[in-house]
Amino acid sequence: MKLTRDRVTAILMLLPSVVLLAVFVYGFIGRTFYVSLTDWGQDPTQALALDPQLHFVGLKNYSDLFTNFIETRFRQDLVNTFFFTVLFLVGCLGLGLGLAVLLDRGVKGEGLFRTIFLFPFALAFIVTGTIWRWMFQPEGGINVLPTLIGLPKLDFGWLTSRVQILRFDWNGLPFVLGLLLAAVLALLAWRAFRRGQGLRGTVSAVLASLVALWALAVLRHASPLPYPERHGFNLAFIGIIIAAVWQMSGYTMALYLAGLRGIPEELREAARVDGASEWQLYRYVILPLLGPISLSAMIILGHISLKIFDLVFAMAGPDHAATDVPALLMYLRSFRANQFAQGAAIAVVLLVMVAAVIIPYLVSSLRGEVRR
Amino acid sequence: MKRLFALVAVLGLVAGMAHAQGKLEIFSWWAGDEGPALQALIDLYKQQHPGVEVINATVTGGSGVNARAVLKTRMLGGDPPDSFQVHAGQELIGTWVAANRMEDLTSLFQQQGWMSAFPQNLIDLISTPNGIWSVPVNIHRSNVMWYVPANLQKWGVQPPTSWDDFLAMCPTLQSQGVTPLVVGENWTVQHLWESVAVATLGAQGWNDLWSGKIQFTDPQAVKVWDVFGKVLACTNSDASGLSWQQATDRVVNGQAAFNVMGDWAAGYMTTTLKLDPGTGFGWEASPGTQGVFVMLADSFGLPKGAPDPQNTMAWLELLGSKQGQDAFNPLKGSISPRLDSDLSLYNAYSQSAAKDWQSDTIVGSLVHGAVAKEAFMSQFADVMNIYLASQNSEQAANAAQAIANQVRLYD
Repeated sequence: MKLTRDRVTAILMLLPSVVLLAVFVYGFIGRTFYVSLTDWGQDPTQALALDPQLHFVGLKNYSDLFTNFIETRFRQDLVNTFFFTVLFLVGCLGLGLGLAVLLDRGVKGEGLFRTIFLFPFALAFIVTGTIWRWMFQPEGGINVLPTLIGLPKLDFGWLTSRVQILRFDWNGLPFVLGLLLAAVLALLAWRAFRRGQGLRGTVSAVLASLVALWALAVLRHASPLPYPERHGFNLAFIGIIIAAVWQMSGYTMALYLAGLRGIPEELREAARVDGASEWQLYRYVILPLLGPISLSAMIILGHISLKIFDLVFAMAGPDHAATDVPALLMYLRSFRANQFAQGAAIAVVLLVMVAAVIIPYLVSSLRGEVRR
Repeated sequence: MKRLFALVAVLGLVAGMAHAQGKLEIFSWWAGDEGPALQALIDLYKQQHPGVEVINATVTGGSGVNARAVLKTRMLGGDPPDSFQVHAGQELIGTWVAANRMEDLTSLFQQQGWMSAFPQNLIDLISTPNGIWSVPVNIHRSNVMWYVPANLQKWGVQPPTSWDDFLAMCPTLQSQGVTPLVVGENWTVQHLWESVAVATLGAQGWNDLWSGKIQFTDPQAVKVWDVFGKVLACTNSDASGLSWQQATDRVVNGQAAFNVMGDWAAGYMTTTLKLDPGTGFGWEASPGTQGVFVMLADSFGLPKGAPDPQNTMAWLELLGSKQGQDAFNPLKGSISPRLDSDLSLYNAYSQSAAKDWQSDTIVGSLVHGAVAKEAFMSQFADVMNIYLASQNSEQAANAAQAIANQVRLYD
């Protein structure tokens, strides 16, 4: 490769951002990962020393998070994040799609409605959180609304409830995850066979049966904790989910609306000429074409919900375990308890979760671009 | 005589010139209601040292929840303020002194005669064998039970003297549709736990708990959780939605009978709600803690590497002085830790607190940073959540002990 003048210019132009990214993104990720393998914070004489002496402890912080009985809050946080993400996605996609379809059908004053629905997205989560915190006050807001029309006032603790439903034992989790992994591999094998990629299919099928065997033989009896520990969905999260959906569903609507506008009118007409009812038109023509939009929306919303911090902080405060999320715990551990290594370990777990959502998406979209 | 005056004046001028430059950055979480008290101190300082530019770096958030995080990033980054607010006790010793980030102030204490001006057990709280590390500005009491006398009369109850006493009157109040005891968000529940624990263990037992002589799993300490559970059964169900002010409001407007809160509640009720101490609201030591003063104190120290240590020393001198303390505390609603403060400046509540301060057994607060390291204090919120979720005393006690061992509480 010859260094032409053009190439040198290109490298020089890229260099600053490459260096900045390398230091401020990847350097810091690397540093956080290193800290998570140390004992920073264990020893108070070093925790906040000007030049702390750190000792390497391997994966101890991680194994503590998942198996130490005093870290039950972290495990509940993971469960909270799971339920929050699922319900938040369902809410935003459902409401966003519904609004978009309604607007797409040529409502009068569409521009006005679009602006109204999109408006919450312009607010910061902190603002949304503060407003909804007031609305969900146990003795006011939503709960007294029915009294306006003479009904008795509601009694639900939107943010204060301590009720937990859908409870399961943490010790059962490895087995379920193992089975899930086997199922995903089996699905991949099936897809590969259908496309006629025999070798890939065989490898996946073998892996799937191995994982299934491993799950049945080992994981079924594996228990990370010596006693049952129950986790479940905290009803107090309902309030937070409502606020989050309120904020983000308008944005999802805008995404879907753009997708709907991208569908050529000819396709709809062709379907109608073929005798499709309105329902069939949506079910077989429009929704499949919106698939990529749904995927993008899920990725964007999914990584927001995994990292959520400010909304919960504003609505329920940092100390309310019923509505706790890993990002809050990370902050508390690092800056209140001075356990910097533990905080870093939580940060890395968060990064892995977000990466698991984002990276497959980036890879597939990059591949798509190359093909084009 | 005249010459002596002249000499003093000249010396003062020289001293003034030496000081009359540079800056003084004061880092605290005193804003809003507490802002005017800090401003009074700053005004005094500016009068004495007109040349110094005072930077009032406040980070809002009750009890310093946000300020402490900001301070830690600054200190780790090697950019300490000239002086910062810190709770006297382990929040100072366990975090900053242990990490060797503070300057010893023993000579200042000796030079100013503060060794006898402050009570010995307060000096113990801000000292290690190697030195004295901060200047206390104020004293708050944590174990106070608040009520409205007229309401109690209406409901036919007396302020309880023990938790058994309280539990006995609990059904009476509930049958009249009154919440016997109102609590708020998580830290106020921990605050209540502290009062129950001091009542159950006694002052000596409480101190032993923090020195490790009694383990959390000891039957006595487990019993604290049992009593606490019974007391909690007499509280409101929507606790986590209330701030401490909203909890106090419920006592004032007659929805609840009692509230255990630190004596900043007195400041709130007199200043913000305009109630008269004694008639508008009443107080007792929380049940079973008569003769014990669970204290917390704000203090300021001199961090190593502060940009203007001379200005800071002058600031600390003012903070510890009778003049400075009597300017600050009546506005803040706290009392002065000095044994010679001018009580006529304070309201009826503060006068009674000041009397107790001089006669009671003094112990430190957990929730407000005096007796345990920040690592324990912060994770005690998790213990509380474990208890609230499981209602199991043994489990909470085990968790507390495990955390104590993990964070090396007794080192």
